[in-house]
Amino acid sequence: MEVTSIINGIIIDHVPAGSALKVLDYLDVDPSSARLALIMNASSERYGRKDIIKIEDIGSDDIDLDVLGLVARTATVGIVCGGRIVDKLRPVLPEHVVNIITCANPRCVTTTERGIDQMFHLMHTEREEYRCDYCDEEAQF
Amino acid sequence: MVGMSVITLDSLSVPQIQDLLHKARYIDAHRRQVAHTCEGRVLATLFYEPSTRTRLSFETAMLRLGGQVIGFAGAQLASVTKGESISDTLKTVSNYVDVVAIRHPKEGAALVASRAASVPVINAGDGGHMHPTQTLADLATIQSRFGRITDLTVGLCGDLTFGRTVHSLIETLCRFGNVRFVLISPNELKTPQYVLDRIRQTPSCSYVEVSDLSEVIGDLDVLYMTRVQKERFFNEDDYLRLRDTYILDETKLSLAKDDMAVLHPLPRVNEIATEVDSDPRAAYFEQVRNGMLMRMALESSVLGDDLPGYEPLETRTLEV
Ligand SMILES: [Zn+2]
Repeated sequence: MEVTSIINGIIIDHVPAGSALKVLDYLDVDPSSARLALIMNASSERYGRKDIIKIEDIGSDDIDLDVLGLVARTATVGIVCGGRIVDKLRPVLPEHVVNIITCANPRCVTTTERGIDQMFHLMHTEREEYRCDYCDEEAQF
Repeated sequence: MVGMSVITLDSLSVPQIQDLLHKARYIDAHRRQVAHTCEGRVLATLFYEPSTRTRLSFETAMLRLGGQVIGFAGAQLASVTKGESISDTLKTVSNYVDVVAIRHPKEGAALVASRAASVPVINAGDGGHMHPTQTLADLATIQSRFGRITDLTVGLCGDLTFGRTVHSLIETLCRFGNVRFVLISPNELKTPQYVLDRIRQTPSCSYVEVSDLSEVIGDLDVLYMTRVQKERFFNEDDYLRLRDTYILDETKLSLAKDDMAVLHPLPRVNEIATEVDSDPRAAYFEQVRNGMLMRMALESSVLGDDLPGYEPLETRTLEV
């Protein structure tokens, strides 16, 4: 498969297969206006299948690596400058996330209290387990 | 602990819990001396759902320390808050009082309250989430019966899936260590994995899971009974069958050690036969007294009001 390479921008590789659109949504990248290429279900030596996202004219500062770590922990971010990958970043799991995920527990105070942030803390790194600061319910992605 | 909010027991260190246990014993033995400790203080009990026994315990604790009490409960609620957010209510009430005890049906409500308040907030139960002063009462009762909360075989019986007081007690005892847990429940109501993991991560603690109370009751130092609630079951037959398997009566109790202590967070339905009440091993009404004493210890501690004549545990230990 041949996909036009980008000149300046980023390549998010090793995105879990089938989740590229969700990742874009979490990263606040609007697929209707950004110049991007999506490769979905490409073959991957490491993971069997993967998605790849290429976005033109965007720097690594423009995306939130914490959010990426949260929704696509295996992803890598290649920084492309003049058609070459000049740097590679790996997201890490953030310790604390604010207003990215919403608590799914109907008994949680966040479902009724107005004006409070949705906050989750990393409970277990290997299991990638996040729990709500308020009710300790496990986060659903 | 001065100025501290107590939302879960995780916010208290092991030495702080030990000091509270020690304080509660001191208060019990020096009721007259401590009767003016919190004079001029006001406690607000904000009970967004009725729980009369918990509210009375918090209020009596403050009154016995010489302080006063305001608050609302259940039915009066609508007219008091008029749909106001928890945060706004706490910001308002903080101007009136020195300490707040809050009970709310939503999980995490006490944390929201403590973040909004400028005075210490004590969680008096937030939905099925946390009820730290219940666990403090449990610990105080075990302490008063055995003089220690370690080196014990602790049986927990009934609904071990949803009973959060049970989870909180197990997790807290694991912090102290050296406890053998005997988890007695029907298959349908077994202890959740994260609680079992917590025991496994504690090298000095261990557990076994069984379904027959009579089989293990003779090994136990403490038997913590819980309610098996009807709404946990899909059909009435299962409920009735399981409910009656986990009733403690004199026949089962006759198999237990002479100094075993029977605890229950109360109110009970039928899981402890009333004939057990007169047995010296029944400790559940003592647990109620200990709950009040622990709330007295907690209220005076977060207010920073020293109990006359009280020596903190650390200095006493150093002297020995
Ligand atoms: Zn929650």
